[in-house]
Amino acid sequence: MKNRTFFWFILPSLVTMILFIALPIGSVFIQSLHIEHVAVLKEVKNCGPFGCKLEVQIDVEASVQIKEEQPLGKFNGFGTYKNRNHLATSELALAWSDSPNWGKFLSKTYNLPFYRALAFTLTYTFVVTPLVLLLGFCIALGVNSLPKQFKGPTIFVSLLPMIVTPLIGSLILFWMIDAEGILGSMLQWLFEDPNLSLKASPTLTWIMLIIYGIWHSAPFAFIVFYAGLQTVPTDTIEAAMIDGASRLERTRYVVLPHLVPLIVFICLIQLMDNFRVFEPIVSFSAQASATSLSWIIYNDLAGGEGTFFGSAGATSVLTILGVAVLLIPVLLRTWRDFKGKVV
Amino acid sequence: MFLNKITIAGAFMVLGSTAMAGCGISSGNVKILSNDFPAIQSVTAGASACAGGGVTVEANLTKDHKDIMVAALTANPAQYTSVIASNSTLVTLMNDGLVRPLDMLVAKHGAGLKPSQLVTVNGKIMAIAFMANAQHLFSRSDMLKKAGVSSIPKTYEDVLAAAEAIKSAGLMDYPVALNTKAGWNLAEEFVNMYMGTGAEFFKPGTAEVAVNNDHGIATLNMLKSLVAYSNPDYLTYDSNATQAEWEAGNIALATLWGSRGGAVLDDEGSTEAVTSTTVLTGAPTWGNNARPASTLWWDGISISTNISDADAEATFVAMMNGISSDVIKANNDDTVWLGDGYTPSAASAGVTATAADGAAPYPMLPFMGTLHGALGAEISDFLQGNESAEQALADVEAAYTAAATEKGFLK
Repeated sequence: MKNRTFFWFILPSLVTMILFIALPIGSVFIQSLHIEHVAVLKEVKNCGPFGCKLEVQIDVEASVQIKEEQPLGKFNGFGTYKNRNHLATSELALAWSDSPNWGKFLSKTYNLPFYRALAFTLTYTFVVTPLVLLLGFCIALGVNSLPKQFKGPTIFVSLLPMIVTPLIGSLILFWMIDAEGILGSMLQWLFEDPNLSLKASPTLTWIMLIIYGIWHSAPFAFIVFYAGLQTVPTDTIEAAMIDGASRLERTRYVVLPHLVPLIVFICLIQLMDNFRVFEPIVSFSAQASATSLSWIIYNDLAGGEGTFFGSAGATSVLTILGVAVLLIPVLLRTWRDFKGKVV
Repeated sequence: MFLNKITIAGAFMVLGSTAMAGCGISSGNVKILSNDFPAIQSVTAGASACAGGGVTVEANLTKDHKDIMVAALTANPAQYTSVIASNSTLVTLMNDGLVRPLDMLVAKHGAGLKPSQLVTVNGKIMAIAFMANAQHLFSRSDMLKKAGVSSIPKTYEDVLAAAEAIKSAGLMDYPVALNTKAGWNLAEEFVNMYMGTGAEFFKPGTAEVAVNNDHGIATLNMLKSLVAYSNPDYLTYDSNATQAEWEAGNIALATLWGSRGGAVLDDEGSTEAVTSTTVLTGAPTWGNNARPASTLWWDGISISTNISDADAEATFVAMMNGISSDVIKANNDDTVWLGDGYTPSAASAGVTATAADGAAPYPMLPFMGTLHGALGAEISDFLQGNESAEQALADVEAAYTAAATEKGFLK
């Protein structure tokens, strides 16, 4: 395709990408550099159904003008990024100088909200992604070897976890693992421990969230692999069979190499998706034991009274950076393959 | 032909509704944003009776009202003409100047209001409170009797003793429940307990937090002693979960919201054995303090700044109709109403007693919400046994300080 034709061809999607992706990210970044203006406080008498009290209030009139002149708020540079609720640079430095050993340093780091969320997010990403690949591949192989009349229904049933909305799927699971739910009481019976609770222990909560993640994402890997399996060249497979390759060897030396581009693709999507894990934490009410970067953003915007746009912006930018770092190896590989083909 | 029919039908509808409108307003838009529970449903239904003629009344009742109210009222014109606010949300709205003083409207249309219903800030009426709420003690008299506890606990030390008696009598493994879901609920329990000590959350006249003290440590330790008698899942327990546990007869002592009293005592979702032995009493005190460990809350009507004066007046009149004594009489058991026409009931005994015992209202401070958020995020570590009370409170103060700086409360 000529460059000129290519340009006109890509223009509509380029414009929408700039409008709906690049510009919003830019505005989030700018917002993250600002904090609210210093509030003018005054003590006033508040009265209500339960009596009167002297309380501090914000003098709204005193700050009307500055708010109109600088609606974004006060420029704070990277102050929000560095504060205790995000990268906590000074707290980390203090923890480093105060800690006699690594264990102490790590436990102090883990006490900071951002790093605690990062720890779960990374664990989740790096456990769920490979297991989703493996499980998806196994299901695809299994379904592929089924007789034709069973394939349709099996595919549909296997896709169900992905079809169910994450919030609802995890909420149903949350009720099932309740001490009085079907899974929870079964586990208590299995382990003969009437006090066993999946929700109470942080370790079990992590495991539960990870199992949910695998359950939810495996169908995606499965359907991609299944589509890939349909394109495996039959003559190569037959040649391998004539050479006496076992089923395992055929899978290892013919099918897998054929599917490598798909593995890279699923890795790419899953790394991105899993790094943004959010819904199960809300549905499982897991925030005491596990938080993620996306959950922090949600909590800043909708967690309590008042919203923290600067904080939410800073965490968003850090999340985007995290996704970028995670994807670099995969993207490098794709780029190498691309170069290889051109040469 | 078809068009004609529609026109005629439309004309009849307009005529019909003009005839029905009986609030003394002839035009205006009323749009209400609020939380969603029975008492508020009654109020918005009462306000909707004013619809008709040139008056439109719409209501959006949602648990997520807190998340959308600031954005919705910042718009000009505002998306809602009235927000049903509480102690804490009114402050959030006032922080940005989003609600207007009501003095003129009260003078003109507020003849039926009691003076105590007027919420004034610096002498200006900012909201009209119509109901009260508080967390207080729910007990099962039959369980207490079986365990040999002679009276309903008056202090949290009594609650602990009664819980131990119930547990050691083999009646229940986990007799106690509080709304301890990590986040807002757990923070509210800390606030309640800390209020019972009479100590202040902030250095007087400033936004500097002051909870890392002996009172704070004692508060955390009391919460930890209580959750030791709670189901191990306690960090996932919100109001819906605790109400269900209560109605299932799984718990015998609980600190729950007064607004749940009606639903707990009614004949739905529970058994006669549970409802007939459920006793609602005031919030317990603790540590030899006189003040009940609870916070008083009101819900009330506020009117947006960014709307026309005509709409503001129409909204005010419609809302007055929503909290009229007729509405209160018809829905008496929904809640503790503050207006005329309310007769105290068994379901409201706990809230009334808590207020009468001298519980303090939830602080109407601009930065209280920020502290509430920091508490919700940081104290579960202590309850899970991961860190000391001092460390947990130091974390709370650090998290608050960073967040309050971003909000402009601290320099």
